[in-house]
Amino acid sequence: MIYCAPPASALLHQPLDAFTAVFHRSSGITHLLVPPAPQILATLSVEGLSRDALLERLRDEYDLADADPLALTARLDELVAAGLVTQRAARA
Amino acid sequence: MNGAPLLVDALRDPATVAGIGAQGWTALLTVARAEQLIGTLGHRLDGLALPDRVAAILADARASAEEGRRRALWEGEMAWRALAPLGCPVVLLKGTAFVVAGLAAGQGRSIGDCDILVPRERIGDVEAALLAAGWEWVKPDPYDDEYYRRWMHELPPLIHRDRDRMIDVHHTILPLTARIRPDAAALIESSVPLANGLRVLAPDDMIVHAAAHLFADGDLAGGLRNLWDIHCLLEEFGVDSLTARAQHHGLWSAVWRAARLANDLFGTTIPASWQVWDSGDPLVRRRLLARDDWGRPSRPVTRLGFYIRSHWLRMPPAMLARHLWIKWRR
Amino acid sequence: MRHRFDVRVGPVGFRIGADWRAPIAQLADLYRDYAKPADGIPDFTVRLTATRPWRRWIRPSVAITGDYTLPEAAPLPLAQGLLAAEMAMNLQMALGWRRHLLLHASVVENNGRALVMTGESGAGKSTLAALLAAQGWRFMGDEFALLDPDTGALHPFPRITSLKNQSVAAMAAIKPDARWGPLLAGTPKGDIRHLVPDASAISAMDVAAVPALLLFPRFGFAAAERSVPASEALVRLTQASTNYTALGEKGFVALTRLIASVPAVAIDYPDGDTALALIQRLMR
Repeated sequence: MIYCAPPASALLHQPLDAFTAVFHRSSGITHLLVPPAPQILATLSVEGLSRDALLERLRDEYDLADADPLALTARLDELVAAGLVTQRAARA
Repeated sequence: MNGAPLLVDALRDPATVAGIGAQGWTALLTVARAEQLIGTLGHRLDGLALPDRVAAILADARASAEEGRRRALWEGEMAWRALAPLGCPVVLLKGTAFVVAGLAAGQGRSIGDCDILVPRERIGDVEAALLAAGWEWVKPDPYDDEYYRRWMHELPPLIHRDRDRMIDVHHTILPLTARIRPDAAALIESSVPLANGLRVLAPDDMIVHAAAHLFADGDLAGGLRNLWDIHCLLEEFGVDSLTARAQHHGLWSAVWRAARLANDLFGTTIPASWQVWDSGDPLVRRRLLARDDWGRPSRPVTRLGFYIRSHWLRMPPAMLARHLWIKWRR
Repeated sequence: MRHRFDVRVGPVGFRIGADWRAPIAQLADLYRDYAKPADGIPDFTVRLTATRPWRRWIRPSVAITGDYTLPEAAPLPLAQGLLAAEMAMNLQMALGWRRHLLLHASVVENNGRALVMTGESGAGKSTLAALLAAQGWRFMGDEFALLDPDTGALHPFPRITSLKNQSVAAMAAIKPDARWGPLLAGTPKGDIRHLVPDASAISAMDVAAVPALLLFPRFGFAAAERSVPASEALVRLTQASTNYTALGEKGFVALTRLIASVPAVAIDYPDGDTALALIQRLMR
């Protein structure tokens, strides 16, 4: 499974405190995100990454407590349900 | 004072609003809102020299329609994300279809729920996929549910638990209890794919559906907006193959009447041979224009007649009696 | 409709029609110093209609409707027709106004700086606004704060204020020359009277102000004060806004800019005087 983020122009970010407010232009929905969600969105690209590739990049670039594959899958599922991330089957 | 003719004239020929004065504008804007046509009016009058207040109000109406369009596109997109894995065609209907396909009928249009058409044999899978993706039933009433599933042309209403927006899933375009049976399989087979994977009805079928929705489905409340949709569709697509297709669905009478009325009120281009008044037309016309300058529905006797008629069209008399009796006892 | 009254409050023009003379006469009296809709073209139409034709005379019952309607809104008895009109105007704003971001809040201004008070029913925003107005602050409204999405300024929307029993007595003592509407007993909000804003508030209803403080007051507790973090302020203000989602991107930008530029404070207070002292200090 490959997870893809929307293009940068689709989102407006406003850091607040521990939370970041994100406005998603296509949906008109405002999301309040806490780490690692903003970091996941920043790391995923339009082309997309597999969960394991994402985990690697997050470990390298950020000092994240949630460096556990199952927890990451749960976060990704939440972002998919919110409409911020799309998923597609990996191309062979 | 009857207000609807002001709206009809303004939509038909925007130049007629020149010099209508403050009272006229007040009435026109109120009627347009009441008929769900203020976004359309805003689009039609865009660019004309207007009093400041009117320009501001119509700019708001266009902006509001634009937000509605964005929400409609998103609901369609999220429905597609949930249903694409099923591999069955998902056909958008009504207002959502018009805006997603970029049609004239979608410009400035107010959009309510997301309406989709799917093959009847897949409706169980579609229901399951939507429930798994966060939609919930709106009404838990067991009688309504049984009635819906057996007789209606759609699932009971679903609403998304996070976004709070409704989706209506149809498997045909008229209730199974209605005397007319359109060819649902043909509607799906002739549907046109869009870039994003969703589909819309073929142009003739869009017109047939709009006419069915206007006459055979409801009591004509909100009819002017539906008639304007039909006007836009006829102007955009023409009528070459329309008669044959409408006859195939058993809906030629509804389509023809809609075309006559659109021609009469909005000046829609139709063949001269179609411009033959039917004795029922004046009454329908009267019902469509039943709105006063305060935005109130007027002509109560006419309206009641159409309400009873719409239920009559949907189900046979014995069923109607049973349905109204159980509903009344609620 | 048989009876009609037109009025402009701040940037919004209303046309109000009713099947009965009494509520229209009351509106015309209480709003007599206000302007009329610009160009004679109102932004909204409100209709106070009999729920059934015979209910115009028999146990007369006022249905609240207009350009925007809530089908489930319960009708009110004719004696509360004035309240029905005010609720109908609120409904048009809440569902139909998009030229400003709307916050359910009271707003008062001093030296060009505006105080925005928001909270649940009973938090005291209307009473506090009236008390501050009696002390010489300019009253800018107590139902809706109108935030200009382009400039970030607040536009006045000073309608008549509905106050409940104890607040009525307190205000009458502080400002004996204030004008009041009739006592409306047994309304959904209890016994209420409407207070007419003073002449300076009405004459300044087109003068905007810059927001200086967002206040979340809570009545009936020992005096306390805390700074509200930005994320909490955002959540509370989106909940307090009827048109945040309708405005889309403009709403997001306007609200996040407001929160970034204006401090947010929550206060608890046991009585009006304590609140006023806290507010005077916070606004210095």
